Amino acid sequence: MQQIINFVIRNKTFLLFLLLFGISLALTIQSHSYHRSRFINSANAVTGGIYGTINSVDQYFSLKQENELLIEENKRLKEVLFNSKESLATGTKDSILDGKKYRITSAEVYKNSYSLTNNYLTLNKGNKDGIKRDFGVIHPKGIIGIIDNTSNGYSTVLSILNKKSRINAKLKATNHFGSLTWNGASPDIMQLIDVSKFAPVKVGDTIVSGGQSAIFPKGIQIGTVENFTTDVGGDTYTIDVRLFNDMTNIGKVYIIENTDREEIKQLEDKLNE
Amino acid sequence: MNSALGLHIIQFILLVLAQVAIFNNINFLGYINPYIYIIFIFLFPIKDNRLILLLVSFLLGMTIDTFLDSGGVHAASSVLLAYSRPVLLKFSFGMLYEHQSVKFNNLEIGSLISYVAVGTLIHHLMLFSLEIFNISGIWLILKKTLFSSIFTTIVAILIIILFSQNRK
Repeated sequence: MQQIINFVIRNKTFLLFLLLFGISLALTIQSHSYHRSRFINSANAVTGGIYGTINSVDQYFSLKQENELLIEENKRLKEVLFNSKESLATGTKDSILDGKKYRITSAEVYKNSYSLTNNYLTLNKGNKDGIKRDFGVIHPKGIIGIIDNTSNGYSTVLSILNKKSRINAKLKATNHFGSLTWNGASPDIMQLIDVSKFAPVKVGDTIVSGGQSAIFPKGIQIGTVENFTTDVGGDTYTIDVRLFNDMTNIGKVYIIENTDREEIKQLEDKLNE
Repeated sequence: MNSALGLHIIQFILLVLAQVAIFNNINFLGYINPYIYIIFIFLFPIKDNRLILLLVSFLLGMTIDTFLDSGGVHAASSVLLAYSRPVLLKFSFGMLYEHQSVKFNNLEIGSLISYVAVGTLIHHLMLFSLEIFNISGIWLILKKTLFSSIFTTIVAILIIILFSQNRK
């Protein structure tokens, strides 16, 4: 017993090092596995507050770009509105109010990162705004990611620029779909994998969201085909997609809630039983 | 003693804020960021207890991890750096360290650079290995380690020199 105590006292620095290093390693490994949420994340009052202060100064520098982005989006939405077959007047009120499938909340990006291999964003909306895990996050020009952790006032987003992120996407012209992943190399280029070999892929084709995941609505623009290669097995294409939006410059985003999500999820869970 | 403790706490907070507000947003050439918060571990007084240094380093790394949503990556590399610090000090300062008379205010610039550079390299190698966490990404790890280390070393030495002049 005496010897054990002596050993501990003699090697106390090394043992403390092992303990602390072990804790950090455990946290690291835990953060690399997808299905568990992390204990330690930036959706809390302290870090959220500090990021908010930084952002309140920072946002002034990008006001002009934000304005241009809004005008561009307004223009696009007006075009859709004025060219739609049904005019505004004939659209019945009930279908707008009761049949609403997606609820949209706007949010401000407090922190964005794109230089790591697993990137996360922090937003200024949380539980008290009705934000929950697995809601989609989009931008006027494309997809941003999926809500990962929420606290009372803040939430973190698993960015599409994250090796753990997989998003259902498809070719705009046909219904051939695949998974949108990121290889960690460039924040402009993502990879669409597992696309069937029968798909007619051409460089310059548009890639949109697939709408199979109950997170994102169908048809959100993502990017264009940069180039494509046949997979090692030879059965599928791997497509490099150049994103429409600049992931390095994001100010305001929209959070999408699919109100049918619970129902779809229940149905799918029944299948697995 | 109390004023020294206060100074350390202020240094800790300022370094974390500088790291989070400024240095994480540099993204030089797309992905190179300096991690200057490790200056705190470099400049921690030598005579103080090593156990305290280990604990404080862990806390420092954890704080950065919380801001960056990176699990325990920074905590692990900071603890490793804190643990290997005596070896580094002996390597860079030799006799001066043996006599317990290293003072960070007035140092030979050569020894300071070797101390900071080797320490940074150890920290960053651990950091990027854990961050990428994949053997097939070994080239990416080495590339990021090299470039970020150069950047961190330059910025860290500039900061150390800048602030030690004032203290005299």
